[in-house]
Amino acid sequence: MKRVLILGAKSDIAKAIATRFAQAGYDLDLAARSSTLLEPLVKDLTIRYNHEVKALEFDALDFNSHQEFYEKLSEKPTIAICVFGYLGNQESAQKDFQEAEKIINTNYTGAVSILNIIANDFEERQQGTIAGISSVAGDRGRQSNYLYGSAKAAFTAYLSGLRNRLVKSGVNVLTVKPGYVATKMTAEMELSQPLTASPEQVAEAVFQAIDRNKNVLYTLWMWKYIMLIIRSIPEFIFKKLNL
Amino acid sequence: MKKFKEIKNWGNYPRLHARFTELEFINEIAAFIDRQNNVTIRGNGRAYGDASLGNNIFSTLKLDKFLELDENRGVITCQAGVLFTDILKLIVPKGLFLPVTPGTQFITVGGAIAADVHGKNHHSEGCFSRHLISLTLIGDRGNLIPCSRAENPDLFWATVGGMGLTGLIYSAEFYLKRIETAYIRQETIKARNLTEAMDLFESSQDWTYTVAWLDCLSRGEKQGRSLMLRGEHATLEELPHSLQKQPLNLPDKRKINIPFTLPNFVLNGLSVQAFNTLYYHKQWQKQSVDIIDYDSYFYPLDGIENWNRIYGDRGFVQYQFVLPKAESKAGLAKILTQISASKKGSFLTVLKLFGEADPDACLSFPMEGYTLALDFKLQPGLFEFLNELDKIVLDCGGRLYLVKDARMKSETLNYYPHLAQFKAQINRKFTSHLADRIGL
Repeated sequence: MKRVLILGAKSDIAKAIATRFAQAGYDLDLAARSSTLLEPLVKDLTIRYNHEVKALEFDALDFNSHQEFYEKLSEKPTIAICVFGYLGNQESAQKDFQEAEKIINTNYTGAVSILNIIANDFEERQQGTIAGISSVAGDRGRQSNYLYGSAKAAFTAYLSGLRNRLVKSGVNVLTVKPGYVATKMTAEMELSQPLTASPEQVAEAVFQAIDRNKNVLYTLWMWKYIMLIIRSIPEFIFKKLNL
Repeated sequence: MKKFKEIKNWGNYPRLHARFTELEFINEIAAFIDRQNNVTIRGNGRAYGDASLGNNIFSTLKLDKFLELDENRGVITCQAGVLFTDILKLIVPKGLFLPVTPGTQFITVGGAIAADVHGKNHHSEGCFSRHLISLTLIGDRGNLIPCSRAENPDLFWATVGGMGLTGLIYSAEFYLKRIETAYIRQETIKARNLTEAMDLFESSQDWTYTVAWLDCLSRGEKQGRSLMLRGEHATLEELPHSLQKQPLNLPDKRKINIPFTLPNFVLNGLSVQAFNTLYYHKQWQKQSVDIIDYDSYFYPLDGIENWNRIYGDRGFVQYQFVLPKAESKAGLAKILTQISASKKGSFLTVLKLFGEADPDACLSFPMEGYTLALDFKLQPGLFEFLNELDKIVLDCGGRLYLVKDARMKSETLNYYPHLAQFKAQINRKFTSHLADRIGL
């Protein structure tokens, strides 16, 4: 039975991904904090697509709860998508380690905690796809968001290593690197419209990429080339830029 | 999401700069509402004037989830930001339809309730509120208030047609109707003047759907010449063979888009007159029958995205009134005479015959009589002209439709007999530019 586990289901991207997979006939497990708030989405997707949709309580930062969370799933998923993340405030994080820690733990440590467990299970079952929503911000650290960027960089390296390990077991790992996306997370930011994706566009790209066993997905597509350029700027120039 | 933006409704007039917030989860919404001093609730912005405009707007568009669908009973429950178009996409393939729908499907359920919308079937099936079972309101402390005919009935009847001034409609439960096919059997009949049009309405009372497009610029014997379009949901046998295999599924239609606002001179007295004449004569025969899909029958303008741009960047004003039946013939004749004399033409003029008003719905617009809806391009002298029309409407004992209004004076409100009852239920936190302007 086709089943997707979406971790961090309250985000805009997660909601769009959930909708896309429900459309394609998957059963869904939607995991988030305060999961009762997901009730309307659960009902909506069930009415529209007539598949099983469940809301589950999950806290990315409560590492100790992750093992039990995964064991308690009524049915193990065939696809697991890690969507939770936290942009945080760079300035605050520079002064206040608690904020920095929250950025690191939400974007990296929490993901490692749950994905280690899922990876082990998928490896044993010799099947499945794991997808992690990282970010172009992880491609290079820059002054305006390097706490977030470094956590995402760590996540990207983790997913890459995981991909390398799991290929022998027939398990695929997809690294998703969104550029600008119009969501709650970026609501306060002024994003350049032609470069900004909608959550639905991201969801479609993720769906297709998983279907085709891709390894790395940049969305919207032009960000691959934007980051190529960004990464190739020599450090002695980059350090003086105001990005 | 909180931002500042320029906001306008469908008439592109007026425009305001507003703080704009859109939230999805009930806990955040309740907390947000509790924190505000004043807030204006907004759906999809298809009111014509300033009904859902204010300085601090809360948009319900993220409340877009279906909560329950009972196909056997024909009952649906959904959040208030669900659009009619999304409901139709879900229910038509299941052989169900909206009980009442206005001329656009791009309104929210909350908006449909707040304006107590009517369609081409008011004489047979009433307003949207007739089919509304219950709703959940969010009050000024972010508290949830269930409302129905049995529970908090005063608040229920004030919220229906209440223009968003009693609270934030969070969700609603209402009846659907059964259909055999997604098509309408439509009869188009030419009426040479207003008298013929009104006679046709009288003789069409047994039809579920009736509406007439009217040429408001024709004069003399031809005054009020119209095309009456009456319709019934087509049964399976009535469909041509080619459609009978997929009676409930419509192919996607290509939409036309008006990509930019037309210069102001394009729509003027002469061009409107020309359009009206051509449109009236588009049908050679006196009477013809067609099978057309529900989208084309109910939502002819939705096929032209951004049709409001035809009116230029100043925008336009919609004027919709209803006259009691006894006064309608004389009243309409007077009004049409004024309009054709003024050369301020409306090319989208719609005439309907309403059935009886719902006695409980405080601010609901329809009353038994004829209603005419006109579009006027914004131009110098328009507001004075409309004030003159107001006098005729009020002399006849009629009234204006708030969700279309951008300029009426507060006195016109007094012709709603249950105004005091409505005012007793207004929640002062929930305001709008319309409410401030007309003193609600």
